[in-house]
Formats: sequence, C-alpha cells, structure tokens
Amino acid sequence: MGRLALVARLVARDLRNRPAEAVLLLLAITAAATSLTLGLVLHGVTSGPYQRTSAATAGPDIVADVGPGPNPNQHAVPANLTPLTKTPGVTASSGPFPVLGLTLHANGYTVPAMAEGRDPAPSAVDRPLLTAGSWVKPGSVVLERSFASALGVRPGQTITLNGRGYLVSGIAVSAALPPYPLVCAVGCDFVASEPPGQPGLIWMTRTDLLALPGARADASWYLNLRLSDPASAGAYANAYDSTHPNWSAPSLTSWQYIASAAGRGVSTEQEVLLIGSSLLGLLAIASVAVLAGGRMAGQVRRVGLLKAAGATPGLVALVLLAEHLLVAVVAAGLGLVFGWLAAPLLASPGAGLLGSADPASLTLQNAGLVVVVALAVALLATVVPAIRGARTSTVSALDNAARAPKRRALVTKLSRRMPVSLLLGMRIAARRPRRTVLGLASVTVTVAGVVTVLMAHARFDTRAASSGTLPNPVNNDVIQVTTVITIALIVLAAVNALLLTYATVLDARRPSALSRALGATAGQVSAGLAAAQMLPALAGAIIGTPLGFLLYASIKHGSTMTYPPVWWLACVVLGTPLVVGALTVIPSRVASRAEIAPVLQSGAA
Amino acid sequence: MTLLSARALHKNYGRGEALVRAVDEVDLEVETGETVAIMGPSGCGKSTLLHLLGGLDRPDSGTISLAGKHVDKLGERGLARLRREAVGFVFQSFHLMDELTTVENVELPALLAGRSPRAARRRALELLSRTGLSDRAKFLPSALSGGQRQRVAVARALANDPLVVLADEPTGNLDSSATLEVLRLFDDLHEAGQTLVIVTHDSRIAATADRMITMRDGSFVDETWLSGGTMGSLSKLAGLEG
Repeated sequence: MGRLALVARLVARDLRNRPAEAVLLLLAITAAATSLTLGLVLHGVTSGPYQRTSAATAGPDIVADVGPGPNPNQHAVPANLTPLTKTPGVTASSGPFPVLGLTLHANGYTVPAMAEGRDPAPSAVDRPLLTAGSWVKPGSVVLERSFASALGVRPGQTITLNGRGYLVSGIAVSAALPPYPLVCAVGCDFVASEPPGQPGLIWMTRTDLLALPGARADASWYLNLRLSDPASAGAYANAYDSTHPNWSAPSLTSWQYIASAAGRGVSTEQEVLLIGSSLLGLLAIASVAVLAGGRMAGQVRRVGLLKAAGATPGLVALVLLAEHLLVAVVAAGLGLVFGWLAAPLLASPGAGLLGSADPASLTLQNAGLVVVVALAVALLATVVPAIRGARTSTVSALDNAARAPKRRALVTKLSRRMPVSLLLGMRIAARRPRRTVLGLASVTVTVAGVVTVLMAHARFDTRAASSGTLPNPVNNDVIQVTTVITIALIVLAAVNALLLTYATVLDARRPSALSRALGATAGQVSAGLAAAQMLPALAGAIIGTPLGFLLYASIKHGSTMTYPPVWWLACVVLGTPLVVGALTVIPSRVASRAEIAPVLQSGAA
Repeated sequence: MTLLSARALHKNYGRGEALVRAVDEVDLEVETGETVAIMGPSGCGKSTLLHLLGGLDRPDSGTISLAGKHVDKLGERGLARLRREAVGFVFQSFHLMDELTTVENVELPALLAGRSPRAARRRALELLSRTGLSDRAKFLPSALSGGQRQRVAVARALANDPLVVLADEPTGNLDSSATLEVLRLFDDLHEAGQTLVIVTHDSRIAATADRMITMRDGSFVDETWLSGGTMGSLSKLAGLEG
C-alpha cells in the first residue's frame, strides 16, 4: 500500500511539474482515441436514419418491380405484379407505378433521372414526405431531397425532362429507394443511356410520365408491399426471387437491402475512419515515445536520486508507466466523448434520409476497445524508455551523464563531403537513430494520409471534369472525412516534429556548443539542427507517397486508380521537409544561440 | 610582438548581493610564441578569462585584441571565424565527439573551416603523428586513455594552425603519467613556437611556462617570469617521470 501511495505521489508531482508535456501526451492519445471511437460508432449507424424515414413515409417492406426484357419488343407486364398483393403475409400495397429513365437538365447540369409516375392522392404504402413545396400535379414534379440538393434545385424552379419543361413543385424523402447517388445500388430496370452518371429520383404524375414519348414501351413498374412481419422481408424476397428467375417475373427487394444500400456512403466513411484511426494511433505512439524518451533523458538525475534513496529499478519504471497509463485512460475517456459527439456530424445520413446518426451505437465493448488501444499506445511507447531509465546505473544517473550516442560510420564518411550545415545535420541525426526513425515514421504516415486525400480528390475531380456530372455527395462526404483525418494527422505530425526538435536540441546541446567552439557559426549549427529533422522528413515523404497509393487502393478495393498530377506529388515530397524545417527553425535558432561556455563547462566528457 | 592583449577586462555574473566579479579589471599581453600559465584556486575567474580571450564569451567591458583584431567588437559570425582560424581550444574534459574516431575528431575543425575532406584528413593524420597517436587514428575516444584523449584534443586544437592555443585545465582529469604525456606535448608546442595560454591550478604545468600569472577573485595578483620554462627539471622534481 505504501509503495502504491509513493508511486501515486511521484506521478501526481511529476504531472504537476510538467503540465505542458502532460497536455501534449493527452492530445496525442485523445486524437487517436477520438478517431477510433468514430470508426467504431459508425458501425450500424445507418439503420437509424433509414428506419426513421421509413416510419415517416409509410415505407414499404418489399419493393417489387418488373422491367422490359432484353429484346426491344419485350415490354414490362405490370399485371404480373398484381398477384403479389394477394400473397399471404402482405397487409397493404401501393402501385404498380410506372418508372422511366429520363434526361434531366437543370442549373447547367445534364444528368440521368429515374422518374416515377404517381397519383396526386397519397398512397397506402410509400408516401414520400415533403420537406418543401407541394406534391405532384399535372405539369409539375417533385425531386428526391439529396438529388435536389446536389442539383441546387428549389421548388418554383423549372427543369427540363427529355426536352420538356416541368415546374418543381416540391422536395421529398422516401424509403422505397436509397437516396441519390445510390438509387441504382438496389438495381435499376430502366435502360441507362446518355448522359452518364448516377440517376436521381423524381416523382411526376402517372399521366405526365406515360405521355412522354416511348414511355409505355420502355417503362418499368414498381409495386410497394407492406408485410405483417417486416423482419421476414429479406427471407420473403429471397425465396420469391429464387423461384421466379425469368425476366417477366417481378423482382423483389427487401427494406433491409434498401437500408443497407442507403448506408453504403457511411460505410466508406467508417472504413476511412478506421484506417485513419490506425494512422493516428501510429503517430500517437511516435509522440508518446518521443515524450517518454525525452522525459527519461531529462529525468536521469531524478532517477539517480530515487535509486540512491532506495527505490528499485522496477519502481522507477513503474512511476513512468503509471504516469503515462493514467494520461492514456483520461485520453481514452475524452476520445470516447469527442467521438460519440462528433459521429452524427461526420456520419450525417445526407439529405436523402431523415434524422442523424444514432450515438447509441457506442457499446460497452467498443468503449472497452478504445480504452485498451489507448493503454496499448501508452504502454508500447513508454516501456522501452522506462526500462532503459530503470537500468541506468545510479552513479552515472547522479552524474547526469548523457546516453552514449550511436556511431554511424557511413553517415560520418558521407557527411565529410557536405557543406557544414548538412555535415552537422547528418551527424546529429545519426547520433540518435531511433529518434530519427520515429521522425521518419511520423512523416511517412502523415504523407501517406495526405497522398490518399489527393488521390481521392484527383479521382473525383477527374470524374467531374470528364463527365460534367453532378458532384457525388457520398464522395464529398468521404473526402470531407478523409480531410478531417488528414488535418488531425498533420497536426499530430507537427506536434511530433516540435517534440523531436525539442528532444534533439536538448540532446545536441554539447555537440552544438563544441561545434561552435571549433568554429561553426550559430547559423550553421541552427541549420544543422533543422537539417537533422528535415532529412528524415524528406525520406518519410518519399516513402509515404507510394504508401499513400497503397492505402487508397486498400480503401477503394482495387477499383481504377487515378493518380494526382505529378506536380501535386512533387509539392508534397519537397514541401514536407520545408514545412518541417519551418516548424523547427525557432527552437533550432534559440538553441544555437545559447552561450557556449556554460554548456561546455557543465558537460561531462 | 604582442599577439593577444586584454585591457581593463570586466565580466560579472548575477546582480545585487549575488553579484560575482568573475573577471575584474584584468590587463594582459601575450607575445607571439610565448607560453603563459594562469594559476589560481577554483572559482577565481581563470576559465572565464580564457573564454573571453577565445571569443566563447563576451566581456561586460574592456577590450581584447588578437593579432590586431578587436575581439570584443566582433559579431557572432566574426567570433565564429576567430574561433575557427585564430584560436584552438583544449578543455579539461576533452570534449571529444564520442561517436567519432580519433582522426575524425581531429579533422572536424578543418571541415568546419571549409577545407576539402582530403586536406582535412591529411592534416589530421599529420597532427596525430606529431602527438604520437598514429596507431590510434581509428579508435573511438572510449577506447583511449585519459592522456591519449587529451593529446587528441590538443591535435584537434591545432587542426587549423591557430595563432594561439587556449587550454583550460588540460591535466585536471588526468593521472600523473597522463599529465606527463600532455606536459611533453605542450613542451613540444612551445619549442615549435606555438603561442599558448594555459589555465591551471597545477603548479607543475605552470612551471613549464615562460610566465606564470596568479589570479584571485577575478584579478591578477602576481606575475612571475620563468625564462623559458622549467619542464625538464620540474618534471623530475615532481616525480612525473618513470
């Protein structure tokens, strides 16, 4: 008990004495925990908004459709849908409604649209909920909300369908089909023709639709069914489809399938968040490792005093571990709260569904996982410096002797041919290879994240530029989430760069002072200290670029890769060391202008 | 000819009651080729004076001139150039780079001065030969004895042919036999006409000098001319040999 009390007292005192380091540690682990929480919270988050929309619109449990056959003279037979309404278990129905693929022109966009012919009176099943304007009447149309949002169309505006003008009377949401751009994620019966792109859903009167040229021949027909047991809809649809394979028979889609398709956009975001949280976790490990290493280096004398006063090496290691684990638990708690609160913002269901992501999906299991990961990050990064500190001999610890630097003969040999600043930078970087590798890893992870965002931008920009189609809201959401993750990565990497510079500056005080005593200018030493950070940053940027390609490929599951312009990548690779240099310039300048004599007088041989 | 001179030199640390006059109204002139030993108890200001003379620190007042240049008026770049071209330092705790071999340590000032790697290496090997350490060129400092490390430090101080070598307690961390190694080296330098200013509290080192100055509480209190040094006889008297 006395031992525990001692550890608690030492931990509390150390945290109080070094609040800035404790806050940085907290920030690093909180960022990783928040991102992980977001990724986990988004599991199953999509069913909430869909079910709310379904309840508000009398959504169907089954959508049955018949479409034209493969030959031009094989028209859809809506009568084939009628027997379904009398099947046991079906309690209500609406339709069949004609559906036709059209070309919509509005606000400068020419895009495909899927028009459904409806009655002016409300249906028993699938009553699209108007969020603006009024329901269809002759000569007017209603647009599905996310489609209208992407087009920038409002009630009162006129749009063109297959060359005919229609007034937009309203905007509505429905649960009978996934929202734009995922309408065809459940399968589209109409023939996709020009223009290219994903269609959006519009409603017009049945009469208007069937009056369009070729409508009677090309139309598909949709029937909405309500079941007495909605949960059995998936099994019901599967059983029916497997026994009716021919083209003229209805094809059935369950509400579960539609809900899953509607959530596909969020599932990509979730994947991005999980990968992002892994990257942030790696950066957090690097941050904690640098902090722990730096703290141990700064506390060598304290460790000596503890040991001289009778503390065992185990106790010394325990104090540092306990301190970081305590911070990790607090960071995990903060990460859980931030992630839980931010999930609805990041995983918004889009304009096509009602409500927001359900924060209740944060389970005890997920919370436990976040805490375990946060503790693992702290443990992984602290254990080596803690053991090293504990093993330091008491006498050398009391002497505050610096850890012996590593010799890298090749670097020393190469650096002889370099200008003075680079000579100093290469040798400073080579003195502490583990720290240099941490800096390199930190930049590699960050650049991989940045390149992934550039890849996503390049892909979506290229698509938009080549097709002139609408911006895809799902893609925009993915880019938004990826950008948020990347900003978090950049912030953590910047914190890492500062921590590494701080640790390097402290560690290189004696060699820097000695170099100046031997004739190097303060500017050369300052540039050398910055170069010691910029060189691994350049290597990290070079390694991180192809890693970013791989990361993007893993998110997009092998779909066609669109590479960003070479000059974008060149800016990343060359700009990264410059940014790192800019971050390190102030601490390096301050350190290089320190008085020489006191450093040399205090330093041991 | 006067190579190094200081006039009315002052350097204080602290304020009010905590004020310490580390160097207080010091005047000094060192001739070319002369060896001057500055003696005194710990904390009397002799290391501070050496740092001021070599441009490692700046005086609060007074003037320092080295080969006609006013050291006290030089900017940061000028001081760096002075340390690179005109001054060689030898420290009590050697201050060798632990991760560099003997020859790499010795060539470092030449590389910092912008000499070609080949020329710097040639000069370093020449100096190691002169200090009797040719066979230790590829050793790390940790594999050398204290005396050998200090000889490496002296070789490094000579890398850029400095006008003056400033040595701060060069034998302070050495045993008797290592002290003798270093003494012999300084004697050789003296014979070769190298100007030396050595700060020490070891009278055996001071006895090798042309002139011995005693310092106390930041001021010179005594000055003794030794007419060319007494290295040979003193080392016998002090029991440093065999």
